Amino acid sequence: MVSDLAKKGAFYLFVAAIVFYAVFPFYYAIVTSFKTGTSIFQVDYLPTSFNLENYKSVFSSGGRPMTLDDVLHFNITGFPLNFINSIVVSTLVVALALLIAVTASYALSRVRFRGRGLLLMTILSVSMFPQIAVLAGLFELIRAFHLFNTTFALVFSYTIFTLPFTVWVLTTFMRDLPVEIEEAAIVDGASAWVIITRVFMPLLWPALVTTGLLAFIAAWNEFLFALTFTLDNAHRTVPVAISQLTGASDHEIPWGPIMAACVIVTLPLIVLVLIFQRKIIAGLTAGGVKG
Amino acid sequence: MSDVAALPSRAALPRNQGLSDLSRERLRSAWIFLVPMCLALLIVAGWPLARSIWFSVTDTETDHIGQGDFIGLANYLTWKTLPSGRTVFYGVLVNPEWWNAVWNTVRFAVVSVACETLLGMAVALALNANFPGRGIVRAAILVPWAIPTIVSAKMWAWMLNDQFGIINDFFLRIGLISHKIAFTATDSTSMFAVLAVDIWKTTPFMALLILAGLQLVPNDIYEAAAIDGVHPLKVFWRVTLPLVRPAIMVAVIFRFMDAMRIFDLVYVLTPNSSATKTMSVIARENMFDFNKIGYGSAMSTLLFLILLGSITLYLWLGRVNLSGDGER
Repeated sequence: MVSDLAKKGAFYLFVAAIVFYAVFPFYYAIVTSFKTGTSIFQVDYLPTSFNLENYKSVFSSGGRPMTLDDVLHFNITGFPLNFINSIVVSTLVVALALLIAVTASYALSRVRFRGRGLLLMTILSVSMFPQIAVLAGLFELIRAFHLFNTTFALVFSYTIFTLPFTVWVLTTFMRDLPVEIEEAAIVDGASAWVIITRVFMPLLWPALVTTGLLAFIAAWNEFLFALTFTLDNAHRTVPVAISQLTGASDHEIPWGPIMAACVIVTLPLIVLVLIFQRKIIAGLTAGGVKG
Repeated sequence: MSDVAALPSRAALPRNQGLSDLSRERLRSAWIFLVPMCLALLIVAGWPLARSIWFSVTDTETDHIGQGDFIGLANYLTWKTLPSGRTVFYGVLVNPEWWNAVWNTVRFAVVSVACETLLGMAVALALNANFPGRGIVRAAILVPWAIPTIVSAKMWAWMLNDQFGIINDFFLRIGLISHKIAFTATDSTSMFAVLAVDIWKTTPFMALLILAGLQLVPNDIYEAAAIDGVHPLKVFWRVTLPLVRPAIMVAVIFRFMDAMRIFDLVYVLTPNSSATKTMSVIARENMFDFNKIGYGSAMSTLLFLILLGSITLYLWLGRVNLSGDGER
């Protein structure tokens, strides 16, 4: 009986350790983001102050706090602009990938044709090969298309990892839809296009949300392409902007604003993840996506 | 798990043989549906890959792209015999910095994937048990996964800070260290810093993949083992592990491929440190900081070949069936 209790205690201790380990760094970033001045250099394990100064400085546009007027007139610079860039890039690239992937996955999951296995393997290998291997070629292509230092350069280049992934996951989802539905539609004389848009789409919504979300997160977090294909702050996305937040010297790194920026860009993701927890896990295991 | 990661084994609808009008029509629309995707992949992946490989056999400069000349394999290896009779070698393959980066990358990939698999297994086993609050724990371990890599790099850089970092403070308090350590700036510790962040960030992914495999193991097997009085450890080694092996194999491939191309974490957490510089970092440095896109492309092409070689070997040795066609 005692050993049973000890076992249970040890188990819960282990689980508590997991939760602590997973959550602590983010907790500490939040605690730090509310501290200003010299208090930031004092190590506190528990929250000590609640000061929004860092958040104000992150949300300032052109050296002064951003106003509603600025937003309405698109007079936005600095970090808020980076935030908007990230949203625009991620949304566009997800829309593009889903648009192309839905029809392709229908063909890959529902029609048996020669070379299907090979095509699937090619798609999988594209999603796995290193981004650096295409960096030079993409750089040339983006220059040739006059896309360098624009947000479209990122939409264009991000397709390389969002598209294969969406196709792969949607294909696994679609192959599990019952054949009978499709057969009934065919008997009624529906074309492949009608089957996709009228019969499959309503059933596919959950899958589309999941894949879209995962692709969105991947695009939101991307760094190498964003660093290489944009030059000035006006076109940067959030990850690059955060990496470039530095002070005048090494000793003046603005840790407070950096932590505030970190919290701001992470909060939406965490909320999304917690809401769509189950769907995300299903999508992750189906796609074997990278972390 | 191999079921989950694998793809269509069930043929949908008519087979090709004896094509009816209907299936011919289906086949035609299938190809039309595939064209946009194939075209997109060709433009953003196929062509740039081919161009990068081409750059690697030219002396192209980044500022004058497209004006390079073909120089054979000179970026990889070339040699010149000096008047004194001594032969000098040039190229990536005799560049000590390159081999240092290869060693850093391989070391990082092997250690991080090994730790993540073991830790992930432990977490997955815990989550596979039924206990109140399991949902909360599963949500909590998704947090590191959802945080952007750059953000986690910055958060950990702050925690690992040499003067004001909480980790130094904590280690001092419990007496583990006697003076503060600059974890990210010291050559002997910077790799540990990178590993710590990566393991923290990626173990959840590993745990979830393994958990998905664990949940496919039918419960009656465990019940049968319990009735026979088999020791839990033996059940784990003889029953659980063999059954989740395919899931682990797939997870390890994906993680390994990902770890081998690591760029962002190293670039932000330990900038310009030769103790952590990986293949991706050194390749990009040559391409865009040193204006040598040809030479840098030789490095990225080598990384590509190394990955291609190792995955082929792994798939062949492990007999992993990723496509799910055939066999089942």
